[in-house]
Amino acid sequence: MNVLEINNVTKRFGNLVAVREVSLNVAKGELCAIIGPNGAGKTTFFNLISGFFPPTSGTIIFDGRDITRLATHQRVARGMARTFQITEIFPELTVFENVRIAAEVAGGYRLRPWINRVEATKVRAHVEGTLKLVALDNRSDRLVGELSHGDQRAAEIAMALALKPHLLLLDEPTAGMGDQETFQISQLIRKLHRDSNYSIVLIEHDMRVVFNLADRVCVLDQGRMLAQGTPKQIAANEAVQAAYLGHAA
Amino acid sequence: MQSRKLIVLVAIWAVLLLAPYWMAPLGGYTALATRVLVLGLAAMSLNFLLGFTGVLSFGHAAWFGLGAYGAGLTLKHLATSTPLALLAGMLLGGLCGAILGTLIVRRRGVYFAMVTIAFGQVFYYIAFQWSSLTGGDDGLRGFARQPIDLGVFRLDILTDATAFYYFVLSCFALAVAAMGFILRSPFGRTMIAIRENERRSRFLGIPIERHIWIAFTLSCFFMGFAGALYALVNNFADPHGLHYSQSGDFVMMAVMGGMRSFWGPLLGAAVFVVLQDYLSSVTVNWMSFVGLLFILVVLFFPRGLLGFFQRSRA
Repeated sequence: MNVLEINNVTKRFGNLVAVREVSLNVAKGELCAIIGPNGAGKTTFFNLISGFFPPTSGTIIFDGRDITRLATHQRVARGMARTFQITEIFPELTVFENVRIAAEVAGGYRLRPWINRVEATKVRAHVEGTLKLVALDNRSDRLVGELSHGDQRAAEIAMALALKPHLLLLDEPTAGMGDQETFQISQLIRKLHRDSNYSIVLIEHDMRVVFNLADRVCVLDQGRMLAQGTPKQIAANEAVQAAYLGHAA
Repeated sequence: MQSRKLIVLVAIWAVLLLAPYWMAPLGGYTALATRVLVLGLAAMSLNFLLGFTGVLSFGHAAWFGLGAYGAGLTLKHLATSTPLALLAGMLLGGLCGAILGTLIVRRRGVYFAMVTIAFGQVFYYIAFQWSSLTGGDDGLRGFARQPIDLGVFRLDILTDATAFYYFVLSCFALAVAAMGFILRSPFGRTMIAIRENERRSRFLGIPIERHIWIAFTLSCFFMGFAGALYALVNNFADPHGLHYSQSGDFVMMAVMGGMRSFWGPLLGAAVFVVLQDYLSSVTVNWMSFVGLLFILVVLFFPRGLLGFFQRSRA
């Protein structure tokens, strides 16, 4: 069963074709990594999946339902959550408050002008459980803006997790991190994937992370899907090597 | 932390409750305190949107003025009942805000502010031109707040300034309690989320436009209520109450007092009203002095007067 089925999706900005007829299926419980040189259309592709803007053509099926034209919040309500390449958090709120907003939306309380004690306790337990999962439970009273870069990313992942998604979209989760932090975040993603069985799509530049974690690797180049396969197949793929060497070396 | 908040809260309410007793010895008078409360409520209503949802309305005087006309017209033509007048004013301001809000919330930032000015001015010109109903430029006269019958005894808010002050204070307390309650709720937290990071909020599954619309509408109801009280204060309503310069005054009160703090706009309103009262008896150019103070506050205390006090204590 596929969580996500993307069929021939294209996105144009004027004359620029940022994503060109890309198709991708993500199976339940799969961890799929998207790689590609800068400007390959990876983030645009993510924005299409998460509903930041609609595709010019093509369809997106999520959990068996067509979500191509749905707004972001409707996709979130169906179980999709994402993080951003540049961390998007509420810097002036505490870690707990950040995650609580997500937890209250997930609990269906977002329009409520009150919350009773039982519900508040449930929300609190959910927030604390999520913070434990990302190992931020000892920093829940700190302002998120004061945390280290790595911890901020973990907090953003916690917010996404608190939505109880069945598809997690991570846009360069290790961007701008040192080796130690990269290792910690990869361990976290591995844990989410292996132990909690999340379906995950991630964009990543760090090849160690990609080849360590991914069940499948998709390579985008100039808006096209250049290749898909297991990490081993991709490493041996000549077209991929050409795309990377051609751009990077 | 928690206990200090409680002390501040007790202090604020003590100051408000005892105002008729300490104002006079300091050279003030009770009616001035009443005005502070009403304009403070208006500034806090605006700040409910500005400070806690992060969207700037520059036309909020429209809902304030509509509230005033709603109350005045009710007293003049429909029923000689103060509570009904307040209710009518609140509904008029709130419902008009709710309807136009559906159009306004589609814009963001500067465009949002511009659209609110435009709609505000529409109501100003209606009030100005429709003389047969509103009295036009002369304003709406010929009504007065009515004593409140509480069964066992009558509260004479018409002639007894102190009784009226306490009546307004209880209305103020109700409205402010409702605001505080909402801000501490899950919905209130989504408002703050939108203020802090709109994109993050959208991707947490919050439909931004709808939530801003609800916050806007609530703010308009509070504003209408404040406007209705204002009509009772003056026994008079005039088009100036809807004018964008009045909206500007409310923004000034909120920013001067501190828009990130709940009580800031009340302090801003107090400074504004007291200065206006004192300076306008000295010079017709009183606004220059208020403006100067505003500039100084914005330059040196960007978080407003209350924000400055809070910071220096911390």
